[in-house]
Parts: sequence; structure tokens; C-alpha cells
Amino acid sequence: MALALIVILPFAGALLPALFARLGRGASALAAFGVSALALGLLLSLAPQVFGGEVVHAGRPWLPRLGLNAHLFLDGLGFLFALLILVIGLLVIVYARFHLPARDPGGRFHALLLLFQGAMLGIVLSDNVLLLLVFWELTSLASFLLIGYWRHLPESRQGARMALTVTAGGGLALIAGMLILGDIAGSYDLTVILQRGDAIRASPQYLPALLLILGGCFTKSAQFPFHFWLPHAMAAPTPVSAYLHSATMVKAGVFLLARLWPVLSGTDAWFYLVATTGLVTMLVGAVVALFRDELKALLAYSTVSHLGLVTMLFGFGTPLAAVAGVFHILNHAIFKAALFMNAGIVDHEVGSRDLRHLGGLAALMPLTATIGAVAAASMAGVPLLNGFLSKEMMLDAAAQAQWAGQGWVVPLVATLAAMFSVAYSLRYAAQAFFVRRHEAYRKKVRDPALGLWLPPMLLVALVVLIGVFPGTFAGPLVTTAAKAVVGAPVRSYDLALWHGVTPALALSVFAFAGGGILLWRYADARRLWLAAPQPQAKPAFDAAVAAVTEFCRAVTDGLHDGSLRHYLGWIIAGALVVGVGGFLGGGHEAGTRATLAAPPVAIVAWLLLVACCAGVLAFERRRMLALVMLGVVGLIVAFGFLYLSAPDLALTQIAVEVVTVILMLLALTVLPHETPRGTRRLRRLGDAALAAVAGLGAGAAAFALMTRDFDSLSSYYLERSLPDGGGANVVNVILVDFRGFDTFGEIIVLGIAALAVFALVDGARGLTRTGVAPGMLAADLHPLLLAVVARVMLPLALVVAAYVFFRGHNAPGGGFVAGLIVAIALIMQHVAGGTGWAVRRMHVDAPVLIGAGVLLAATTGLAAWVFARPFLTSTYGHFALPLVGAVEVASATAFDAGVFLAVVGAVMLMLASLARVGRGRAKRAAAPAVPPTAARRAED
Amino acid sequence: MELLVASAIGVLTASGVYLVLRGRSFPVVLGLALLSYAVNLFLFASGRLAVDLPPVIRAAGSYTDPLPQALVLTAIVISFGMTAVTVAMAVRSFLESGDDGVGAAGAADEEDAGRR
Repeated sequence: MALALIVILPFAGALLPALFARLGRGASALAAFGVSALALGLLLSLAPQVFGGEVVHAGRPWLPRLGLNAHLFLDGLGFLFALLILVIGLLVIVYARFHLPARDPGGRFHALLLLFQGAMLGIVLSDNVLLLLVFWELTSLASFLLIGYWRHLPESRQGARMALTVTAGGGLALIAGMLILGDIAGSYDLTVILQRGDAIRASPQYLPALLLILGGCFTKSAQFPFHFWLPHAMAAPTPVSAYLHSATMVKAGVFLLARLWPVLSGTDAWFYLVATTGLVTMLVGAVVALFRDELKALLAYSTVSHLGLVTMLFGFGTPLAAVAGVFHILNHAIFKAALFMNAGIVDHEVGSRDLRHLGGLAALMPLTATIGAVAAASMAGVPLLNGFLSKEMMLDAAAQAQWAGQGWVVPLVATLAAMFSVAYSLRYAAQAFFVRRHEAYRKKVRDPALGLWLPPMLLVALVVLIGVFPGTFAGPLVTTAAKAVVGAPVRSYDLALWHGVTPALALSVFAFAGGGILLWRYADARRLWLAAPQPQAKPAFDAAVAAVTEFCRAVTDGLHDGSLRHYLGWIIAGALVVGVGGFLGGGHEAGTRATLAAPPVAIVAWLLLVACCAGVLAFERRRMLALVMLGVVGLIVAFGFLYLSAPDLALTQIAVEVVTVILMLLALTVLPHETPRGTRRLRRLGDAALAAVAGLGAGAAAFALMTRDFDSLSSYYLERSLPDGGGANVVNVILVDFRGFDTFGEIIVLGIAALAVFALVDGARGLTRTGVAPGMLAADLHPLLLAVVARVMLPLALVVAAYVFFRGHNAPGGGFVAGLIVAIALIMQHVAGGTGWAVRRMHVDAPVLIGAGVLLAATTGLAAWVFARPFLTSTYGHFALPLVGAVEVASATAFDAGVFLAVVGAVMLMLASLARVGRGRAKRAAAPAVPPTAARRAED
Repeated sequence: MELLVASAIGVLTASGVYLVLRGRSFPVVLGLALLSYAVNLFLFASGRLAVDLPPVIRAAGSYTDPLPQALVLTAIVISFGMTAVTVAMAVRSFLESGDDGVGAAGAADEEDAGRR
């Protein structure tokens, strides 16, 4: 429980700084500090178990079928990292409170910092690789937001984007690698994977998995050639650099190397890939760092170099090297965080981070100078400081490494890198603090407030304590962490200051001598450096991004050209390719189901349907005629439904057909009645070919479907309709009861469609264009006969609707059909009497009807909750009424009434909107032909 | 009978596809209507055909498959909603541009844009 809380706390706590932001940055910093401190307390409460050799587990299954479990575990390695994350996090929170300008949004900063902290803790404590991947991506996102914290600075935004592109790109590779790894191991739980090392290394998929996982690790930990994002990430505020880009996030890559060390290491591929990358990174980072003048840039390249060092140590694949790697992770985090904070103090107090403009600060700010000098000395590997110890162990491991059978390659390169490391470390300390400066600083420079120097000072104290008493202050921590990495107690090693005169000591002395000479002859070295070709990462990266963007734009613009015909053509042709491909790919047998005989009437209907389809095509240019033909097609389809045992569908189809034709007629009061000629013959032929293939495919598929026997779940509905739903009309019971939730969604969709029609058409009220030629419309807009008949028909239609509605549960009918009938009856009044006339007599707005219908349906569904049943559970009963006799009442009837109201409202709204837009134009078109009295009547 | 229904679906589909590929909004709307007939019939056909066996529970007897019917009933109503929105878009776009083309930039299509 405590373990889960450690990860959850920062995420939940991230809300607090955001909420407290109004109370000032002190409050939000305090909230973030409190959350981190609480998490640290919880972690320390688990320390006895971890040091006792126990592995603490927590969590629960999340999506077990996918192998994704929210399992956490805490072993020595996880403990070391969690401790670093939380302790340095606390120091950074304090430091940031005093470092960031008061005008910056502190709430956002601390909230993001906590989010990052939670994600990072999630990585180091996950016992499931899929869960780990989620946290991994979260750290990339948090890093992106924190690098871009100063949104107004272009370099912040560009640096953030570059970091995200590189690390998230690596994250994608990592996902693939982890999936392969889990596939080989048969589980995504790390505890299981860690025990399947032999099987994984023997698998043919080992190499792809390794390459992909290393892709993730190397990008995250800024290994050559992916290192270029880290210096650009220095656009982040210094506390962020100190936390994410030196101590924690960039360590996620090497953490994963350590975590998977028992599984992946020990092969040649691992050694050459990991150790070589680390070695090259170490040297490249160190050389570049020496020639950077900007303090943070120098530190960034030095971080790259040290991450390379750790990577190389894990790459050696020997337990002793792994111990050295773990130890150096700890040491580097401590001295590098201190150095970043130190650089931040200099920047804060002096206003510059450029070594060429600094100097002589030791006299002005002694505390800061002490911090900087001690931490830099540790980075250089000066004895009595913690950096010395792990560097000795590194040189020791390097001295024993054989690269392609050559024993001199690794020690030579490692010593060279160490030499440059000595040089840049000493340069940092000497040029900033000790070399005399010629001109005076513009403002008075002195040591900062306690809140700024205390956090790095605490870290520097650790540097010295671990350096002098390694066994006491780092021993147990490193031992348990190393045990977790190596998987077994490591054979005797000794965290001690003096190991006697060893090869490592000799290499160390060489490094110091070389570093000293480099610094002494710095001017010459720099001239050489400047003369050498220097590949710039940023222009290359920008060019690559621009090229990708350009390519995407070309593809998008090429496909998305604004022509509906092209879109539909692509979609239809694509569907055809898939369908035909599938058909050709599989075998085919004729269906075995007996077919029904076709009576003459069906053949006549078929002929009529084909003739009318041909008619729609032939009279496509004369729109009114085409519409009439379409109506006939719809009626034949309805007839087909009726003949083929689907009375409900036939009723609905007829009603919808009427409404659809009215709708299109209304549209023709605005749209031109004739389609101008103008498509090329070739294009028409192409379209016809596409259409023919589509029709052939659809028809053949339908025939194949109809001539086969297969079971569906329909028998369930047929059996349970009467006993469970209380209705004999199974289709209606399915709609309002079994699948009531679908219907509920459907009436909402219909309501939204109606509102969309209203919005589309109503927004065009001011526009008066019309494509209808004068004289095309009837002179008498509202013929008297029609008006009278429509008014007489209204009550009759309503009675029919009521009848259809109530019989719906047991016989063909129901809310949909009844709603359509009422809507048609009402729209007839619009047609006959004019929209204005009808609207004045309708006392309910159509949108209100839609809303009432949806609400009624929802209330019926919710009523089931009162009886502790799931949403939309229905019930029914039989009641005896005087005169009428036995009446069945089902709660589904109320639901159906909701459907009814929504359908009436939606159809009315659609038709009335279109009628209104057509009305003004029709009047104007008709005006000359109508006597004044008729025109006035039309105003109704 | 099956052959008649299947060929009707084919004819409806072909006519619908041809019409939606036209360059003006009204034929496209007609085409969509024809296509929805075809799709509804296709869904309905997945329950196989039966004569005089409506899925209304009686004292005795067998029934046709009710599930495709319920699906199609929903589909009929939804396709009406879709047709209505398409019609409204056609009307609005005509009112805005004075042209009922559905090609690039409101023109009927690039091919016949030059002819008008």
C-alpha cells in the first residue's frame, strides 16, 4: 500500500500547487514540498525491508487479458533511484522557489515537477513493462512541458520540441522492443521476465528486441548520436536542468539498462552495442564540453559524457562493472545536481553564465565558489570526493576490457575521456571562480539567500562524506542496488579510498596530468578545435523536420483537394480493392440454402425497380422527374419488406419515404431544377465502370449471404420476447427493450441531426439566392382544396398514429412509425397553409419536443435504478380497465413514447427549417403571377 | 426470389455509386438515398428471406429473423437523418456560393469549371 502511494502521491498532489498558485509561489512550493516529503517518508518506511533483502510488491490487475497489470515492486535498484528522485526533488523544489522570478507561474511549474516526479517514480518502481512504458512516455511529456516552461522564448519551444521528438521517437522503439521481450518471456511482468534471461538471450528475436530497447534507452539517456537534444534542453529553467537533465530523467535510459541487465547482457551484441556507444559518447561529450563557454552547455555535454560512462560500464557485462555503474549513477546525480544549481546561482547573481565574462567570483561569493569548486573537483575525479571512487572503479573495469581482442582500446579511450573530463571540470571551477577578471561586474555580486545555496551545499556535503567514508554513507545502498542489478550477491568488492597502486590509479594519474596540460595549453587546444569541422545537430534536425512536414503536406494536399468526387472515388475504389482482394484470396463455393420461388408479382416489382433506377439515372438532369422515380423505388423497397415478412420495416419505410420526398422537394425550392451538362464522357464512363463493379460486388455478396445457413442470436430474442419484454412484436421489443440503449442513442443522434439542419439552414436566412427559374413554381402557393383536405386529415392522422403507437408492442407499429405519421400530418399543414400559419397554431417548439422525448426515454431508463436494476430495465403488467377490458402496460411503452416525441420533434424541425428557407424565395418567384390578395394570404 | 433481391441490391448500389460521383449536390443526395436503400436491403437480407413469417409471436409457428429487422428499422431512421443533413448542407452551400457544385472551391468540378 505504501508502495502504491509513493507513485500515486505526486500525481494526486500535482493538483495542490495548481490550486495554491493563487496564494503565491511560496504556497505552491510548500504544497509540492509537502507531497514529495510525504512520498519520501513512505519510501524510507520501506527501507528496512529493502535492506533486509526483501522485494516489496504492490498493485492489482488492470487489463490482465492484455498482460497490463498495475504491479509495482521495490528492490534495491528501485530504492536507489526512488531515493534520488525524491531527495533531489525536494532540494530542487526549495531551490526553484528562490531561483525562479516571482512573475513566473509557480503553480504550473510545481504541478509539472510533481507530474514528472510521479512518472519517474513509476518507471523505477514498475513491475510491468507495459506500465513502465506508460510512465516512460509521461516523463517525455513532462520534460517537454518543463523545457518549454518559458513559452515566450523561441529557443525554449524549439528545445522542447526537439527533446520530445527524439525521446518520444525512442519511446516508440522501446514499446516495440518491450512487446517483443514480453512475447519471448511469455509475460509482461518484469519479475517473470527477469527470470527468463537464458530463454530470451537464446531467442532468435533477441537481437531485434535488443536493438529496439537500446533505441529507447540511448535516446532517453542522450547517447551518441542521439545526444544532441540534451544541450538544447538547457533552454529549460535551471532547476529543471538540475532535476530532469542531470539527476533523473536522463538516467531513465541507464536505469533500464540496469534493470534489464540480467536478461539482456552477457552477449557479444550487448557488449559491442552498449559498451562501444558508451565509450564513444563518453569521449565525444567530454571533448565538446571542454570547448563550451556557457556554464549550462558545458555541464550538459559533461552529463552526456558521464551517461556514456555509465552506459559503457553496463555494457561490459561484468558484475563488478555493473556495481561501478550503479555507484556512478549515485555519485553523478549528486555532484551534477549541485553543479547545475551552482551554475544557476552564478546566473542568478551575476546575470551571465558565460565563462568568458566570469572570473574572480571566489572572493565575492565564497559559499558559491566552495560549492562549485568541490563539485567540479568531484566531477574531475579528485581523491577524497565521491567522483574519484566510481571513476577509479570505471578505469579498473576499462583496464580489463578486451575490445575485439585488443586490450588497449578501451583503457586508452577511457583515459582520454577522463583527461578531457579533468580539463573541463577544472576549467569550470578555475575560470568562473579563481581566474582574475579585468573589469568590475556591473552589479554588486554576493552569495545568494539561504534557500539558493543550502540545497547544493547539502549535496556537496554528501560528495565529501561519500568520498571519505564510502562504506558508511553509500555502501549499503550501492550493495543492495547492485545485488538487484546483478541478480546475486556480488563477489567481493570494496568501496574504499585506497586500493594500493593499481593500473586504474596509474590511468587516473595520466588523466590528471593530461588534463592539466590541456588546460595549461587551452588557447592552443581551442584553436585546434575551432579549425576542426563541427557538425551542427540543430540545422540538420530542423531540415529533417522541415522535410517530413513538407512531405506530409504534399501528401495531404494531394489527396485532400476539396473535390467530393475524388474523396468518394477513393473510398469506393478502396473498398472495392479490399473486397475483390478478399474474394480472390479465399475460395468460393455456392451456397446450399434452398431458394424461394419468385411469384410473378415480385418479378413485376423487380422490373419496376430496375426501370425506376434507370429512370433516376436517365433523368438525372431533370431533377423533379428523378425525384419522382426515387419515390417509386422507395415504395417498391417498402413493398419488398412487406412481402418478405417485415411489416414493421414496410411501415417505417413508407413513412420515411414520404418525409424524404417532401424534404427533397423543399430543397428544390432553392436548388436549380436542372443539372447543367458538362461532365466529360470519359469521366462518366469511368464512374459507370466503378459503379458497375460496386453493384456487382454488393449484389453477389448479398446473394452469397442469403443462400447460406448460419446461426445468429435471434432465437434468444424470439424466445424471451414475450416472457421478458411482455410484447409479441419481437422487432419492437428489441428496439425498446433488449436493445433500448441503442435506440436511446439513436433518438439523440436524430435530434442532433435535426438541430444541425436547423443551424445550417437558419444561418443562411439573409441569403436570397435561388436557382429556381421564375414560373417553375405553382402560381397558387396554398391551394384551397389542399388546405381543406389537410385540415380534415389532421385528426384522422393523429388517431391512426395513436393506434399504430399502442399496438406497436404486440403487432407491427410503434413509436418510430407513429412519430413519422404525426410529423407528416403536421407538415401537411405547413404545405397547405404556409409555415407561418402552421407555426402560429403549433404551441410547442420542435426542439422542445426532441428534448422532452430524450428526457422521457432517459427517465424511463433511470426509473429502473430506483428498483436497483440496471439502466433501462423494463417491466410490464396487465390491468383491467372498465369498458376497455384487460390492458397491458409495459414500462417500455413510456420509452417508446419518448422515441415518438423525439421523432416528431426532429422531423418537424428538419422540414420546417427547410420550408422556411424556401418560403421567402418561392414567394418572390411567384409574386408577379399572383394577384395581391393571394400574395397577402401567402403571408400567412 | 433471392436472385431478385440480390440483383436489386446490385442495381441500387450501382445507381447510387454513379450518382454520388456526380459533380453537383442534388444528384449526390439522390445517390445517397439509393445507396441507403441498398444498404438497408443488404442488412435485411442477412436475416435470409422468408414469406409470411413475420416475427410477431403467435400461438404456433416459425418466424423470420427479427434482429436484422430491428437493425434496419434503426438504419432507415438514421439514414433519413443523414439525408436531411446532406440536403441542408446542399441548400446552405448553394445559398452561400450560388453554385451547387461539390468540387474544389465550390466549383462543380475542375473538369467542367472552365465550361461555365
